[in-house]
Amino acid sequence: MSKQTAAPPSAAKAEEQQSSTGAGVMDAPPDVNPQQLKKERDEAKERQKDRLSGLDKDQLIELYRQMLLIRRFEEKSAEVYVAGKIGGFCHLYIGQEAVGVGTISAIRRDDYVLASYREHGLALAKGMSARAIMAELFGKATGCSKGKGGSMHMFDKSLGFLGGHAIVGGQIPLATGTAFATKYQGTDQVTLCYFGEAAVNQGAFHESLNMAQLWKLPCIYICENNQYGMGTSLARAMSLQNIAQKACAYNMASEFVDGMDVLAVREATLRAVERARKEYLPTLLEIRTYRFMGHSMSDPGNYRTRAEIEKYQERDPIKLFSASLLEEKIVDQKTLDEIDRKIKEEVEDSLRFADESPLPDPSELYTDVYANPIEPGRK
Amino acid sequence: MAIITIREALNQALREELARDEKVFLMGEEVAEYDGAYKVTKGLLHEFGSKRVIDTPITELGFAGLGVGAAMAGLRPVIEFMTFNFSILATDQIINSAAKMLYMSGGQFNIPIVFRGPSGSAYQVSSQHSQAIESWYAYFPGLKVVMPSTPADAKGLLKSAIRDDDPVIFMEQERMYGQKGEVPDDPDFTIPLGVADVKREGTDVTIVARSLTVPLALKAAEQLQEQGVSCEVIDPRTIRPLDIDTIITSVKKTNRVVIAEESHPICGVGAEISAQLMERAFDYLDAPVKRVSGVDVPMPYAKNLENLAIPDVNRIVAAVREVAYLD
Repeated sequence: MSKQTAAPPSAAKAEEQQSSTGAGVMDAPPDVNPQQLKKERDEAKERQKDRLSGLDKDQLIELYRQMLLIRRFEEKSAEVYVAGKIGGFCHLYIGQEAVGVGTISAIRRDDYVLASYREHGLALAKGMSARAIMAELFGKATGCSKGKGGSMHMFDKSLGFLGGHAIVGGQIPLATGTAFATKYQGTDQVTLCYFGEAAVNQGAFHESLNMAQLWKLPCIYICENNQYGMGTSLARAMSLQNIAQKACAYNMASEFVDGMDVLAVREATLRAVERARKEYLPTLLEIRTYRFMGHSMSDPGNYRTRAEIEKYQERDPIKLFSASLLEEKIVDQKTLDEIDRKIKEEVEDSLRFADESPLPDPSELYTDVYANPIEPGRK
Repeated sequence: MAIITIREALNQALREELARDEKVFLMGEEVAEYDGAYKVTKGLLHEFGSKRVIDTPITELGFAGLGVGAAMAGLRPVIEFMTFNFSILATDQIINSAAKMLYMSGGQFNIPIVFRGPSGSAYQVSSQHSQAIESWYAYFPGLKVVMPSTPADAKGLLKSAIRDDDPVIFMEQERMYGQKGEVPDDPDFTIPLGVADVKREGTDVTIVARSLTVPLALKAAEQLQEQGVSCEVIDPRTIRPLDIDTIITSVKKTNRVVIAEESHPICGVGAEISAQLMERAFDYLDAPVKRVSGVDVPMPYAKNLENLAIPDVNRIVAAVREVAYLD
C-alpha cells in the first residue's frame, strides 16, 4: 500500500478491525476488552469534535438537512411504491445517506457524478429537485428523464448528474471517460463514480482503474460497500474482501472510510478531490455502509437477520450526526424538528407534483432515439 | 480524382477529421506507435501526437466505455477495434450505454462516437477471427451501422460517421483494405448515412449486396450479362437505417431479388431485407427472394473449407438464374 494516502486513525483502525473479523467497521472485535473499547470511543468522539469545528453552523445543518431529505424522500418512495404509484424496480438509499451527502458536499456544481441504479439519494445531493425525481419515479413527463428512464436512469445535464446506470459496473468505464474528457479539454472538473461492492468483481472495475492510473485521470471511484450484492454477502462473493487494498494492483491511492460518519466521508473525499483537481490523479475510496432496506422493494430479506440490521441501525448516520450536533450545542432539538417538518412538506409537495403531472405524450415513444434522425433514402 | 486503396481512403478520412475538429480523438489497440494493426491509422500519431491518437491496453470493454463517457462530456471519439470480433467483449457498453443513453436520459445525452474496425472474414484465421456480426448491432435502435465497399464510400461515409451526433458502428472488411478505386480530392467530400447506392444498373434481377459481396455481385453481373441477364446491383452502404426505398424502386423494375451477404443467414440482414420486401413489395415479386449467405457453420481454418463457407461469384450467378427461372 505504498501509494495509500495517510488515512485518518479511524480508518486505519477500521481496516485492522475488518481484516481481523471480516465483519463491519461498526463491530467491536471479539477480543477487545471494555476499557479498550471505551478508550477508542472516547478518541472517536474527540476526532468528531475536531471535524465539527472545521465547518460553520450553516454547513453542518445543510449536511444534516440533505441526509434527512434523502431519508424522508426514500421513505415516501417506499410507501407510494407499495401503493402502486411507482413501477418496475426501486432501490432505496436508506442507511447510506452519509455516503452521498458527504462525498458530494466535497465537490463543485460543475463536477460530474455517475452512479448505479441506487441513485435517488445521489441525485438529491447533487441538487436535483425532489419534484423532478419523484415525477421520474411516477413515469411522468415532468420527470428528470421525461419519464423514459425511471428509478434506475436519472439524468440532469445542467447539474453534471450523468445517470443512473443499471448494468452492475457499467458506469465505471463511463466515469473514466468523463474524467478523460476533462483532462483532454484541460479543465479541472473531477468525476465521482459510485458503485456497490459487488461491482468490484466485474471486469469493468478493473479495466477502468487500470486505465485511470495509467493515464492519470481525475476520477474518484467510490465503492459504497453495503456488504451485500443483492442477497449475496461480501464474504460469499469476494476472495479478497478488503476493497481499498485492491487499488494496490493499479498503484492507485485509496482509503477506507466509515460510511456512517458524514464528516469522515467528506474529509476523505476532499483529500481525493484535491489530488484529482491538482494532479489529475484517481483515488479508490471504500466507504463502508449498510442499507437498512432490502436490495429493492421486492427483496424477501431472508439472507440476513433482523438482529444484524438493528445492530447497524444503532449507527444510523443521521442519528449519529444529529447526536453530535446536539451534544456540541450546534443546534437544538427544536431546530432539528423544524428542519424535519420542512422536509416533510418538500416531499409531500414532490408527491403532489408527480401525481398531478401529465404522462408523457404518446408521440414521445419515438423521440430521443437519434440526435440526427435519418429519413431512409434521404439524398 | 485519385486512385487509392480503401486503407488509404480511411486514413485520409481520419486525418482530415482529426485536423478539422479538436474534439475528435482516436483510441484503440496499436493505433498509435504500431501505426495500426492494418495500417489504417498510419502516420496519425506522428501528425497529431499522443494526446489525440492513443494506444490502449487490451481492454475492449474498458476503452469502449471510456469512449462513451468522453462523448457524454463533449468529445467525439473514434474507437478502433482491431477487429470487430473483439467488440464482442465491449457489447455492454455499445448496446447498453451508447445506443440507449439519449433515450433513457430523455434527450439530454447524445453519444457522438464511432466504433470502427475490420469485420467479416479474413484469410484462414478460423472461427473466432472471421465473423460478420453486423446484424447484432443493426438490431438495436439508437445505433447506426455502416458498411462501405469502395474507397470513395469508405472515405465519404467515415467522415459523415465522425460528424454524426449518434453512435455509429463502422464496419470495414479485412479482405478489402487493399482494394483500389477513385476517390474525390475535395476535403469536404462526404456521403450521407442512410443512402443506398446503385452500383450497376440493370433490368432483370436486383442483387442487394454489401461489403465483401459487392465486388462479387458486380463480377456475377458481368458474367450474367454475357448470358443475357441484366442485373442491377444495389449496395445499401448503411444497414441501419436501411434505405429500403431504393431497393423497392429497383424491385418494381426487375421483380426479382437476390441478397448476397457473407454473414450467417439466420436472423441476418438479408432476412430483414427479405421480410421488408414481403411487407412492402410483395405484389411486385415474380419469384421468392433468394439469399446467398455465409454457410451456417463457424468459420473453418482449412483453405478449401473456408472457400466453401463464404459466398462466391458462382453461387450468386446460380441464385440469379434460379430467381429468373432460367435453370
